[in-house]
Amino acid sequence: MSFDQFEREVATQDPSLEDWNGLPPIVAAEPDSWSSGLIAREIAKVPVPSTQPMPGTSLGSGSPATLAATDVSAWFGSRKVLQRCSLRMEARQVTALIGPSGCGKSTFLRILNRMHEVIRVAKVAGSVELDGVDIYGRELSVTQVRMRIGMVFQKPNPFPAMSIRENVLAGLKLSGTKSTDRDALVEECLTRAGLWTEVKDRLNEGGMSLSGGQQQRLCIARSLAVRPRVLLMDEPCSALDPISTRVVEETIQQIADDITIVIVTHNMQQAQRVSHQCAFFLVEEQGVPGRIVEAGATDHLFNQPSDERTLAYVTGRFG
Amino acid sequence: MVAPPVGFSDDPSNDIPIRPADNPTVGDRIFRVICVASASVALVIIAATAIFLLNKSRPALAKTGVWHFFTASVWNAAVGDFGVLGLVIGTITIATIALIVAVPLAVGMALFVNEYAPPRIGRTLTAVIDLLAAVPSLIFGMWGYFAFKNHLIPVSRWISDHLVAIPFFRLSNATGKPDFTGSSMIAGLVVGMMIVPIITSVSRDVMARVPREQCEGALALGGSRWAMIRDVILPYGKSGVVGATMLGFGRALGETVAVALVLQNISYQANPHIVQHGAGSIAANIFLRFGEASPLELSALVASGVALMALTFTVGFAARRVVARTTRFS
Ligand SMILES: Nc1ncnc2c1ncn2[C@@H]1O[C@H](COP(=O)(O)OP(=O)(O)OP(=O)(O)O)[C@@H](O)[C@H]1O
Ligand SMILES: [Mg+2]
Repeated sequence: MSFDQFEREVATQDPSLEDWNGLPPIVAAEPDSWSSGLIAREIAKVPVPSTQPMPGTSLGSGSPATLAATDVSAWFGSRKVLQRCSLRMEARQVTALIGPSGCGKSTFLRILNRMHEVIRVAKVAGSVELDGVDIYGRELSVTQVRMRIGMVFQKPNPFPAMSIRENVLAGLKLSGTKSTDRDALVEECLTRAGLWTEVKDRLNEGGMSLSGGQQQRLCIARSLAVRPRVLLMDEPCSALDPISTRVVEETIQQIADDITIVIVTHNMQQAQRVSHQCAFFLVEEQGVPGRIVEAGATDHLFNQPSDERTLAYVTGRFG
Repeated sequence: MVAPPVGFSDDPSNDIPIRPADNPTVGDRIFRVICVASASVALVIIAATAIFLLNKSRPALAKTGVWHFFTASVWNAAVGDFGVLGLVIGTITIATIALIVAVPLAVGMALFVNEYAPPRIGRTLTAVIDLLAAVPSLIFGMWGYFAFKNHLIPVSRWISDHLVAIPFFRLSNATGKPDFTGSSMIAGLVVGMMIVPIITSVSRDVMARVPREQCEGALALGGSRWAMIRDVILPYGKSGVVGATMLGFGRALGETVAVALVLQNISYQANPHIVQHGAGSIAANIFLRFGEASPLELSALVASGVALMALTFTVGFAARRVVARTTRFS
């Protein structure tokens, strides 16, 4: 994999990115690599006691959790793309992130499970708490955070060298998690993702042998297998036909009772159909970072938003 | 005028399959001619080489018999008795030792450059490795010769003292002080150093092509970076790494001057004691004998070259089979 490639793209956009001295002034720590702590903290951190989470406490798997982002800002190199965004994503609720292209929805979403820092030049500030536990803190490792807060990508990305069954179990293998009854887990996750009946007779075929919509549901099943408490979805239906979209939306509604869901979508009907809460992101003028302009109950945002730009966006008059 | 029918029709009259005509432009035609010509010339050269080699090797093969030539281990120019089995085994031994040291080093290096090195260092190293891969292997050979020749002798002695459980590392029962120079192991290590850059360069390139979403998918499931490398990058890069290894193996089989420098004289018998003096190599043998060979011996040398070529092909095909067998879902 070449993250360099990415970097080069970034570098062509902004030559100053190569220059580590051009960091935003608040940056405290020099980032060393993309998977360990490269988080520029804006807030002075009170050191947290590094106690191991007790089994059965709110950190264990099982119940849905509330995710609270406070004053989250994001940079690519020295370019700031998100400005102090705060949002509570309540347990048992589906939160939709909407807004025009390039306003930072994906970036915000990726900050919520520490995928943002996978890009070498990326930096963040602010805090994200999973039921009160700082996911950028010392209590949870990056891999623990990502197991608890799963992610489904815009483009279906099943692993080509693995069978359908192995794809579902990939998270366990990758994270070294033991599981007693794998067959039951495979069936359960595929059923919840609405794919079981279609693939139950071909579990040993390659993950790539499925259609795009089926691949996306396989990716959802794969995320469910590690029993996350939150599932982040970045335009999960943008490559799908209306019927597959429907199936994925039904899946979302079914799993929302057990898993907190945050979904980015460009489809206003979809936002209205699946979400309880909505946050509207916007780049207010060229060159400034994106912000959350308005957030609240979906009904409210779509029917009587307090900001006229929200109204214009949800009614399709701009963006 | 009859309106064209709507929907479908059962009328079979004009339902005849055709291939739409291709109307290449002048540029297309010219380019096509150039390509066909290049391909033909290349094929003719390969065929001519094969015919020439076979023709040249006929006198020696006729004298010794084809079976004897490929199954005996002897090289007696005075009486015109030749058999290359020992040389073939020696060649494979040296190349295998070279791969055993080179492949892990190269893959580790490739992964370091791609996954662990800071971006700037990674880019610099990539450029350096690609350049090194293009440096004639003789240069590494000379370095390896001077760096390894003497310093490896204590290592060889230590191995033969402490790893006697492994048959290859045992010493022969011959009496007298064991001679650790000119062994398969030293030759193999020198050749291994020579092929590290090419294997690194090619396998790094392949493993850098893993789609980003695959890697992110693995990380997003809670995989560590090592888990991502193990479950996504290595499976994806496997065929490329094997291809790179085959390139390296081909170079190792054909390595001449450096091996000749290390071995100094050729053993025509297969020698299972790899840390001890006495090793064979087809290419080095050709190099060392060519100057003073009689016409018959020259013919035998060419025939051994044919054996080397056949060996390369066999290994290459076997590797492709293995890759095809173990690659899933594609
Ligand atoms: N890898 C990257 N390197 C540099 N800049 C990036 C990178 N990814 C995104 N950006 C920039 O960050 C800003 C926010 O991008 P982001 O992908 O979060 O937008 P988005 O709201 O998800 O847009 P879309 O709706 O098109 O997916 C954009 O200006 C984009 O150019
Ligand atoms: Mg996006």
